[in-house]
Amino acid sequence: MASILAVDDSESMRQMVSFALKNAGHTVVEAVDGQDALAQAKTNKVNLVITDVNMPRMDGISLIRELRNLPDYKFTPILMLTTESTAEKKQQGKEAGATGWLVKPFNPDQLISTINKVLG
Amino acid sequence: MSIDITQFHQTFFEESFEGLDIMESGLLDLDIGAVDNDTINAIFRAAHSIKGGSATFGFTNIATFTHAMETLLDEIRDGHRSVSTEIVEVLLQSVDCLRDMITAQRDEEEPDGERITQLQQALDGLLGKENEDSEDDSLGGSQNKHDDGAPREWDISFTPHPHLLKTGNDPALLFRELESLGTLTTEVDLTGLPPLSEMDPEECYLSWKLKLSGSGVSEENIKEVFEWVEDDCDLVIKEIAPATATEEKPPREIPSNKKPIAKSVSKKSLTPESSSIRVSIDKVDTLINMVGELVITQSMMGNLDGDFEDFDHARLEQLREGLSLLERNIRELQESVMRIRMLPISFIFSRFPRMVHDLSQQLGKQINFEMSGEQTELDKTVMEKIGDPLVHLVRNSIDHGIETPEIRKQAGKPEAGSVNLNAYHKGGNIVIEISDDGAGLNKDRILSKALEKGLIEEGCQLSDEKIFELLFQPGFSTAETVSDISGRGVGMDVVRRNIRGLGGNIDIASKEGQGTTFTIRLPLTLAILDGQLVRIGNETYIIPLISIVESLLIAPENVNSIASTSEVYKLREEYIPIIRTHGLFGTTSDAEDLEDGLLVVIEGDGQKVGLFVDELLGQQQVVIKSLETNYQRVAGISGATILGDGTVALILDVEGIIGMSRKPGNGRNQHLEKAVA
Repeated sequence: MASILAVDDSESMRQMVSFALKNAGHTVVEAVDGQDALAQAKTNKVNLVITDVNMPRMDGISLIRELRNLPDYKFTPILMLTTESTAEKKQQGKEAGATGWLVKPFNPDQLISTINKVLG
Repeated sequence: MSIDITQFHQTFFEESFEGLDIMESGLLDLDIGAVDNDTINAIFRAAHSIKGGSATFGFTNIATFTHAMETLLDEIRDGHRSVSTEIVEVLLQSVDCLRDMITAQRDEEEPDGERITQLQQALDGLLGKENEDSEDDSLGGSQNKHDDGAPREWDISFTPHPHLLKTGNDPALLFRELESLGTLTTEVDLTGLPPLSEMDPEECYLSWKLKLSGSGVSEENIKEVFEWVEDDCDLVIKEIAPATATEEKPPREIPSNKKPIAKSVSKKSLTPESSSIRVSIDKVDTLINMVGELVITQSMMGNLDGDFEDFDHARLEQLREGLSLLERNIRELQESVMRIRMLPISFIFSRFPRMVHDLSQQLGKQINFEMSGEQTELDKTVMEKIGDPLVHLVRNSIDHGIETPEIRKQAGKPEAGSVNLNAYHKGGNIVIEISDDGAGLNKDRILSKALEKGLIEEGCQLSDEKIFELLFQPGFSTAETVSDISGRGVGMDVVRRNIRGLGGNIDIASKEGQGTTFTIRLPLTLAILDGQLVRIGNETYIIPLISIVESLLIAPENVNSIASTSEVYKLREEYIPIIRTHGLFGTTSDAEDLEDGLLVVIEGDGQKVGLFVDELLGQQQVVIKSLETNYQRVAGISGATILGDGTVALILDVEGIIGMSRKPGNGRNQHLEKAVA
């Protein structure tokens, strides 16, 4: 099973995502914002990153860009978790190197089926 | 394996309330005209999180409402809209409304629909809403699904751009997903492959021709698989043999697709707000450390175990040492446990900026409001009860204290008045100060009012302190007009009673023309009390140490009888009523004659009385147990505690006893008040 980094500044979302992932048998590392996530990612190589977009200190888009610059995360799937269903945000995320996205609101089942798409 | 997401609701509510506080204080900080990016971003993020969470957890009304706020904030953030007072006001009201909506959701009550509609309209009005429901199509779902199950066959040409792999996408995974739709055959095209020497292993040079056949597979289904890579590849989807008579669709660019997601969450009953507190991890760590120490001490004492027959001096020494260590451990443990109940006072302070903002608008006054010591910690119960008195005092300062800008100008003061709220620790107490640089208390007006109300008599000379004291008398209000702000029937007497109920006190300092300062002192906690143990007959009582002025041997020549029913003691130049405590509780004392016992002078409610007791025992900290929950309320008793020997001792309610002693018919002291005054 995969080790997954879940990044969200909202505690309830983080709890839900991480609960759902653990429930599906994955290992979860949590981070509260982009900077925290970057630090976690550097110390713990994970197989998948799921990140919120709007966060204090470092937002999801910048996080994706930073992660893609790390040799370890060049090809790692990174999913954006976002309420922004506008094309613009997705575009920004894609340009930064995101693998895909999951639009809020979503339920745990949708989350699991989405991550199964990117976990080989 | 479906997960019950109601378990995350409580967290969502908590963090939403926090978010709302952030929004509120952010909005109050917003400088019209020069909007600070960080502030507006913080407000936006809070709204955004609440929207995301509420949508996820199925609180559609909250999500819709927040969406409008978010849109407005987004426009401000992007610089498409400038901030006006009107916008701030509407947003502030929306924050209130949202808070009510979330509270209603948490308590499973109906929110105020009318108010919501009103504010929603106000927000829409600001947005100049020409029906932009762009978001709503995200809930709409995809259009034409061919779910009729007829077999269909598709030709897919998939040419990834070279950088596809660097987005974390993998063609093989896409194919695996396609396979889940039907039968897939793949044919790889290697023509793009460069010579090995020129090949960059991180690029994708391959392209594929795919054939997918399956029942009911629609173009939408296929596009959905390629949704994330639509910009990272050339994709052509063609239907080979349309099974039905529908026209063959020309291949076209894939439109940006919205995920069809509709949510419904079962409304499971959540218990209404269980009283909980968030405890910082370092407090818990301290606690664990303490327990560790305790265990070490225990094992040290355990070594003493064994043969007690020859318990020699050395081991006695060791035992004593262990006991003193144990005492220290337990005291520290107790303090740490107490600290868990302590919360920073910012929990109540945080509501003031908003209130001051609203009040100053309403009254046309300019106020510089400043707070300090927000991190000062206070027991949760005390915190809950001190909120209202503080609100009252701050309202008072603004309403009665601070003058209008014109008057201030005439008085040579800056037009904006300042009101400060300050909290700090001092000698085992919490001190909260509310100070303003307003008009100060008008002594003449207080005096004439007191005369009018019959609280004082003509011609009496009172010190400043005594004059201010009059403010706390029931039914006293100095404002010429009772405004809807301070004059709500809750007077300063109630404020003081509440504060005293918490074991605290309030003082006033004021200089006419320069301002007023209210100083509140509160105990750190309500659960533990420093007590003086006294013996009366066979009973042990506890008197709160804080209310004891002094204890003395009674000199019979200083005792005077009044009307043969009551006694007073002349202490220096004061006459203090003597209360025979045993008489109050219907018990007996050993000492019948006053000179055989002791007099403990206690003070409460601005008055001193002397309690007649047999003996002073020790002083100790006692843990207060409620008498009401365990038995019933008893006049003159505020609680009980369990002593070291296992017996129960009652804690005397100083204010209550003084009140009882005053009551006519209680035997004694109806004449005394005058004597004391």
